Amino acid sequence: MSMIKTKKLIFEYEKRDEEGKVIGMNRAVDEVDLKIEPGQFIAILGHNGSGKSTLAKHMNAILVPTEGTMWVDGKDTRQEETLWDVRQSAGMVFQNPDNQIIGTVVEEDVGFGPENLGIPTDEIWERVEASLKAVGMIEYRKSSPNKLSGGQKQRVAIAGVVAMRPKCIVLDEPTAMLDPNGRKEVLRTVEELRRREKVTVILITHYMEEVIDADQVFVMDHGHIVMQGTPREIFSQVELLKKYRLDVPQVTILADELKRRGLDIPSGILRKEELVEALCQLN
Amino acid sequence: MSIKLEHVNYIYSEGTAYEKHALKDICLEIPHGQFVGIIGHTGSGKSTLIQHFNGLIKATDGVLYYNGENIYADGYKMKELRNQVGLVFQYPEHQLFEVDVMKDVCFGPKNQGLSDEECEVRAREALQLVGLKEKYYDRSPFDLSGGQKRRAAIAGVLAMRPKVLVLDEPTAGLDPKGRDEILDQIAYLHKQSDMTVILVSHSMEDIAKYVDRIIVMNQGQVMYDDIPKRVFSHYKELERVGLAAPQVTYIMHELKEKGLAVSAEATTVEEAADEIMKALSGGKGERDK
Amino acid sequence: MIRDITIGQYYPSDSRIHKLDPRVKIVSTLLYLISLFTFKSIIGYALATLFLFFCVRMSKVPFKFIVKGLKPIIILLMITVVFNLFLTPGGKLLFHAGVFKITEQGLRTAVYMGIRLIYLIMGSSLMTLTTTPNQLTDGIERLLRPLNRLNVPVHEIAMMMSIALRFIPILLEETDKIMKAQIARGADLESGNIIQKAKAMVPILVPLFVSAFRRANDLAMAMEARCYRGGEGRTKMKPLVYRSSDRIAYGIVLAYVITAFVAGRYIPFKIWIF
Repeated sequence: MSMIKTKKLIFEYEKRDEEGKVIGMNRAVDEVDLKIEPGQFIAILGHNGSGKSTLAKHMNAILVPTEGTMWVDGKDTRQEETLWDVRQSAGMVFQNPDNQIIGTVVEEDVGFGPENLGIPTDEIWERVEASLKAVGMIEYRKSSPNKLSGGQKQRVAIAGVVAMRPKCIVLDEPTAMLDPNGRKEVLRTVEELRRREKVTVILITHYMEEVIDADQVFVMDHGHIVMQGTPREIFSQVELLKKYRLDVPQVTILADELKRRGLDIPSGILRKEELVEALCQLN
Repeated sequence: MSIKLEHVNYIYSEGTAYEKHALKDICLEIPHGQFVGIIGHTGSGKSTLIQHFNGLIKATDGVLYYNGENIYADGYKMKELRNQVGLVFQYPEHQLFEVDVMKDVCFGPKNQGLSDEECEVRAREALQLVGLKEKYYDRSPFDLSGGQKRRAAIAGVLAMRPKVLVLDEPTAGLDPKGRDEILDQIAYLHKQSDMTVILVSHSMEDIAKYVDRIIVMNQGQVMYDDIPKRVFSHYKELERVGLAAPQVTYIMHELKEKGLAVSAEATTVEEAADEIMKALSGGKGERDK
Repeated sequence: MIRDITIGQYYPSDSRIHKLDPRVKIVSTLLYLISLFTFKSIIGYALATLFLFFCVRMSKVPFKFIVKGLKPIIILLMITVVFNLFLTPGGKLLFHAGVFKITEQGLRTAVYMGIRLIYLIMGSSLMTLTTTPNQLTDGIERLLRPLNRLNVPVHEIAMMMSIALRFIPILLEETDKIMKAQIARGADLESGNIIQKAKAMVPILVPLFVSAFRRANDLAMAMEARCYRGGEGRTKMKPLVYRSSDRIAYGIVLAYVITAFVAGRYIPFKIWIF
């Protein structure tokens, strides 16, 4: 069974004029067909307003499709009866670190999800401890979230999701509001989790550097999935990415530029080591 | 229109348990018309520093001169200073409040005591500078997209016609295209007018191709203050304090180590490509002989 | 600027009082406050003083922190004392100068009212200084649970309180930022009369509300995403369970209340007029 599957998923919302009258419909997600297998690391790229966040919110049944269907772990997200199963199997981490931490103490926040699931007290404590260890925040368990850095807050938010033992974690631009250090911190945490807990990870972002390890990359534009493939396949199309308001890592641009100037190097270079090696061979 | 700081210190919540020495003995001078980048990670003191430039924060110790005048002197007109030094905060769209974009942008000029007509002239000019289309002028600022809101908010400061424009992370949260557009616009602005522009960022790559000078802040102190090339040559030290030089700097250094005849000074893709092409063809040339 | 306001004045320590169940502290504080109003003679107040100091010592909170709590009520305290002092009739006339008269009864009420107010504040400060805001909400939620049957949404109220506590510092910081941003745009927040000042607040309040609503929206979404669906079927990570130390504490408080009540009301002991 696929972890996440969509069929002709459409999401529309009302466009209103200044008096609040509906003057039409906006299509944020347009006929998206998508299949994500358990254990995969998937990246969804797109500029602001491309529909990627809207799609992500469907995976947790915060939004439900206007038309078409979304299945999470085999369950239709429109079914009321399995709503909470869906939310438990697909945990979600949001963009703003401040606006998703509920507890006034780190450990209590991590315990919030399990509390909602009705887990017995002793087990909540075990889960909280394990989750905080998994994200490397155990020494902050008694701290106030307000005293943490952005990256640390996001790690707490991730722990909060991990404590619910989801099969899949959806991260909706978790690094957009962080500085480079915080960004690295969060990505390292996600990487660790993926390796150790073998959960499916769906990372929504507009930073290309973050997706070079992904198994599969989807690029969204105007609600459509416009590109799909391995990072190497995607990154070799620099011009097309630019058209979709995206950016490629400097090393890829440099490789592309050198290639244009007639050097014989492979396309879709992702890491600086690859470029250095390719150039050294030419020398 | 120069800004000069002499031995500026700033201590947060002095005398309490939360006391923090945010700025330590800062001495620097920003001459008129320069395009300066201030870089540092969160908590390095860069935001505190720029709030000194327009007197929002008063130094615990030390003096700040604007055009040679001590701004802490008795009778110094702080309001006048704020008219001259425009400060665009991080996520400036969060301060939009008026019913339409035009009125919001007029807020600054109005506070300067200008007539309604003059306010509108300036607002229009500012909105054009940031590239916001006329059809948005009478919309509610809350109905704009993220990037448009950001432009409207920046226009709100530009409409005051500052001589110095300070921007704190003007591209935070924008997508790559939005980021490039805003930065290009700022660079254009700097070229068009004789404004001093001070750009705060934590991304070296973003500002490397724009600024004349980079000030690196770390733990409340100025760590480096030089032209970009020379700052980036300290890439290893930068890394140690949680900052990174542009990716090309690393590539060039690595190539050099591997014996390729490149200068490691390139900071932009263009420069790097030129260098590599030169080195490779040069190498071949020698071998051919 | 605005950050200097301290809210949630918890004083971290590992004293026995800190470790007590919040319900014990809430109930005891209430009992203590009520007891203050039952005394008729100085003996009751003497016992109340002893008990308060005993608790302060136990809590390991520096005395000056507890006194700090009195600062905001100094004016109220003075007014109360002065009014009672000069305006209560009854008993022997002790002092007379023009319209100012102090009677025996007046002096007594003034002193008693002063002591009551001071102890009231000190007592409740001790509670808030030794209990985290979270524990307080937990305690209140548990104590009010019987009201559930009257359809009072106790869980929801407690959840609201704890979210408010979490967001107060964030919103304060945000206010600070917005104020600075508008000052940078030339806003004048200080001069002018009341109406002008109120008007000058608009550029701060509008963005603040917009941001508060955005945060509320985000938070609601985050809570739903983490399967929050109200109090039903929810377990607790830190359920409140009375331990033996809590029972002992209840016993001590009860002993104090009874002794002080009986002694303060029925033992005929007098020093001068008190």
